[in-house]
Amino acid sequence: MAAYLVRRLASVGVTLIAASLVVFIVLEVLPGDPALVMLGTEATDETLQALRQELGLDRPAAVRYLHWVGGLVTGDLGVSHTYDVPVVGLIADRIVVTVPLAALAMLLAVALALPLGVLAAARRGRPSDYSVMAFSQMGIAVPGFWLGILLILVFSVGLGWFRAGGFPGWEAGMWPALGALVLPAVALALPEAAILARVTRSAVLETLGEDYVRTARAKGLGRRTVLFRHVLRNALIPIVTIMGLQFALLLAGAIVVESVFTLPGLGRLVFQAIGQRDLIVVKDVVVLLAGLVVFINFLVDALYHLIDPRLRREAGP
Amino acid sequence: MKARARAEVGGRHRHRLAHRSFLAGAALSGLVVAMAIVSLVWTPYDHAAQAIVDRLQGPGARHWLGTDHYGRDVLSMIMVGARNTLAVGAAAVGIGAGIGIPLGLLAAARAESWIDHAVGRVVDLTFAFPAILSAILVTALMGPGAVTAILAIGIFNIAVFARVARGAALAVYGREFVRAALALGRSRADVALRHVLPNASSALIVQATIQFAVAILAEAALSYLGLGVQPPQPSWGKMLYDAQTLMFMAPLQAVFPGLAIALAVLGLNLLGDGLRDVLDPRLAQGRAA
Repeated sequence: MAAYLVRRLASVGVTLIAASLVVFIVLEVLPGDPALVMLGTEATDETLQALRQELGLDRPAAVRYLHWVGGLVTGDLGVSHTYDVPVVGLIADRIVVTVPLAALAMLLAVALALPLGVLAAARRGRPSDYSVMAFSQMGIAVPGFWLGILLILVFSVGLGWFRAGGFPGWEAGMWPALGALVLPAVALALPEAAILARVTRSAVLETLGEDYVRTARAKGLGRRTVLFRHVLRNALIPIVTIMGLQFALLLAGAIVVESVFTLPGLGRLVFQAIGQRDLIVVKDVVVLLAGLVVFINFLVDALYHLIDPRLRREAGP
Repeated sequence: MKARARAEVGGRHRHRLAHRSFLAGAALSGLVVAMAIVSLVWTPYDHAAQAIVDRLQGPGARHWLGTDHYGRDVLSMIMVGARNTLAVGAAAVGIGAGIGIPLGLLAAARAESWIDHAVGRVVDLTFAFPAILSAILVTALMGPGAVTAILAIGIFNIAVFARVARGAALAVYGREFVRAALALGRSRADVALRHVLPNASSALIVQATIQFAVAILAEAALSYLGLGVQPPQPSWGKMLYDAQTLMFMAPLQAVFPGLAIALAVLGLNLLGDGLRDVLDPRLAQGRAA
């Protein structure tokens, strides 16, 4: 298991280095002159030269790349060209919106999907099964950002129960902050719940056919006891895997939903940075998000091996 | 005997459901494609024609789905939007399949070699950049537009197709007729093209349908964010963005473009499910099990 983890960590390291190289090449090498991209064609030679010096563009690209990666490791992400403040501070302010939003959405998705998936599997072929599958098909087809707009229409514009957008900040108190995240989290959670309910149904059905389940039933254990104590516990392995993979995509989805609800998260930060041509912020946020996706995938993989003894044996000592 | 009869009834029931799913998916997808094709020669109004006096009208006899804040006909915009959406989706799936499938086949033909591992690392790297992140990168380089959306979604699709093609091809490489063809001295490329690809094609066709649906969702999100198809060309995502700013005055504006996206994606997903059940009954049984 330890050897497997080391191998997998090495592979994560290679992917992270490759991801940082891609981001660096796309944003610093391919545009030719990043200073010109940031300031536009109307900038004077003096201001262009000053920015080139500030960005260290007179140095070779390889040196700049190593300097940037060194900064990523030590937490020195440079200074935003637009805000004139350290990028690490900007990211710290925004990540406390994006990550709780994605986590709340995942929590809601799991709370909805697990019971629905188990219900559909336990009542296979009956109306409740078809209803869950229909919900799943519809949920997968509905874009999260459209759902967000519809939720604002109904619950903010129509009923006035929630604010239509914005974020009061965690300093305003936990409940007002969480209240501002409820609708965006629901918009993100429903499509995820649709996928997870389908996976749960399929995993539970597969486990229901296992020999040990038949043995448990033959021993006289009740249907519910078998379902929750034996079936669901074993079906959780593929469900957890998909949950982890979906969490990474949820982070990407949060970027769009933040725009719908004007939440000051990482998504809004990066879109404003694109508009302001602040390549320093774009570079740092994109590599951070890509790194988070890679790291979450690694955690899921490790967890998968930890909870499934068969894979532990295959991975070898 | 009873169990066999029950299995047969279950099989017939599944087959009927698969058939229904296929038909419903084909009908919905056909509707969207027909709308896009018809928009090439006819729309109720010119999709770009503005009539400020007619702005923000609700659905009615003159404008079936109403008008937007410039007085443009919403149905005409949705019809032309279908064309743009399908074009972006088809191009993105084409890029993904065109590059990803050969990569996956190559990795499977040289399984466990350095080529296989290299393809695996490239796929891992691509998965680190979901379509939205790729779009941010490409936009920073080239600016927003349909090409940006196609590249961003296409790059992500390459990884998906490479992974699916590798898996499907590996399963075929294990079968006797492929081993026999290799033993007879057929070249690897010949075996891959003549035997492996045709036998892996059902999984790839199903995946293409699913990726088309994913591409439509991604294109809509990118257009909503202003990174996809640019005005004056209409796109369903941009229409939703405009509708959101008018939510208090004309809430229905936010309904029709969203419905168009949901129905197009639902149609393709149902079609994909139906195709999977029809083309690969083993997969279908696994899914239903």
